[in-house]
Amino acid sequence: MTRNLLIRGMIAGLLAGLLAFGFARVFGEPQVDHAIAFEEKMSQAAGEVAEPEIVSRETQAGLGLFTGVVVFSTALGGLFSLVFAFAHGRVSSFSPRATAALLALAGFIAIVLVPAIKYPMNPPAVGSPDTIAARTELFFVMLVVSVAALAAATGLASRLRAQHGAWNSALIAGAAYVVFIALVQYLLPAINEVPEQFSPTVLWNFRVASLGLHVVIWTTIGLVFGVLAERVLASHRPSYRLQTAR
Amino acid sequence: MSDITLAPAAGVTPIPLGEVLPWAIFGGLLLLLAIYFIGAEEGAMSLFSGMYVHEFVHDGRHLLGFPCH
Repeated sequence: MTRNLLIRGMIAGLLAGLLAFGFARVFGEPQVDHAIAFEEKMSQAAGEVAEPEIVSRETQAGLGLFTGVVVFSTALGGLFSLVFAFAHGRVSSFSPRATAALLALAGFIAIVLVPAIKYPMNPPAVGSPDTIAARTELFFVMLVVSVAALAAATGLASRLRAQHGAWNSALIAGAAYVVFIALVQYLLPAINEVPEQFSPTVLWNFRVASLGLHVVIWTTIGLVFGVLAERVLASHRPSYRLQTAR
Repeated sequence: MSDITLAPAAGVTPIPLGEVLPWAIFGGLLLLLAIYFIGAEEGAMSLFSGMYVHEFVHDGRHLLGFPCH
C-alpha cells in the first residue's frame, strides 16, 4: 500500500515539476537574467576579471533549471506521499482528496511561506559568498522549527478536539503556531545583503516568481496525488468508494 | 447528528505503522539526498569538489529559494 502511494506521489511530483519548469521559464528566468546582468555590471565596475563560465547560461536556464525543478518536485512528491500514508486516518479523518489538499496547504505554509517570510528567496547578486554557510544554517533552522511547530500544533489540535470541538481546537492550535513563529522570527538574526543599487522591482518580481513556482508545485502535488491516492485506497477497500461517494 | 459530521473517523482505517515505516525510512532518505543535491551541494557543504553541480542547478536553486551563494 505504502509502495503504491509512494509511486503515485512521485508521479504527482513529476507532473508538478513539469508545470513548475514551464512557470519558472516564463516568470522566473527573466528576473534571473536581470540579476546576472546587474552582477556583471558591478564586477566590471569593480575591475574584476570575469569568472570563467563552467556551465553556459543556456544550460543553466534550460537543462539545469529543468533538472533542478523536476528532481526537487519529484522527490517532494515522494516525501509528501510518505507523510500522507502516515497521516491518513491518523491525523486526518477526511477523504484522501481532502487530506492531500490540506497536507499540501500545510506543507506550503510550513516549508515555503513561513521560512520565506524571515529569509526570503534571493536572486543572483544578492548575498555575500562569505556568509553562505551561516545563511544556509539559519535557513534550515527556520525550516526545521517551522515544520516541527506545525506538527506540534496539529497534535495540540487533536488533543483539544474532544473538549473544544474541531473548529475551536483548530483555531487555538493555529493561533499557538502563529504566536510561536512570530517569537522565533523575532529572535533569529536578520539577514540583509541586498546591494544598495539593486533594482527593487527585480527583487520583488523574483520573489513573487519564486513563491509562484512553489504554489504551482504544492497545488499540483496536493490535488493530483489526492485523486491518485483515492483510487489506490478505494481499490484496497471496496466499501470505501461508497463512503466517499460524491 | 452533529457528532457524526464532526467525527468522520469511523470510516477511515490508517495504514499500519509497520507497513509505512520501512518505506518512510529508506524512501525518505533517498528523496532527501536528491533534494540535498539540488539545494545545498557545493554551496554551504560539498561531497564532491568543484562547482559543476552548483553551476548546473544554479537557476533552479535560486528560484526554489535555497541559499545559493
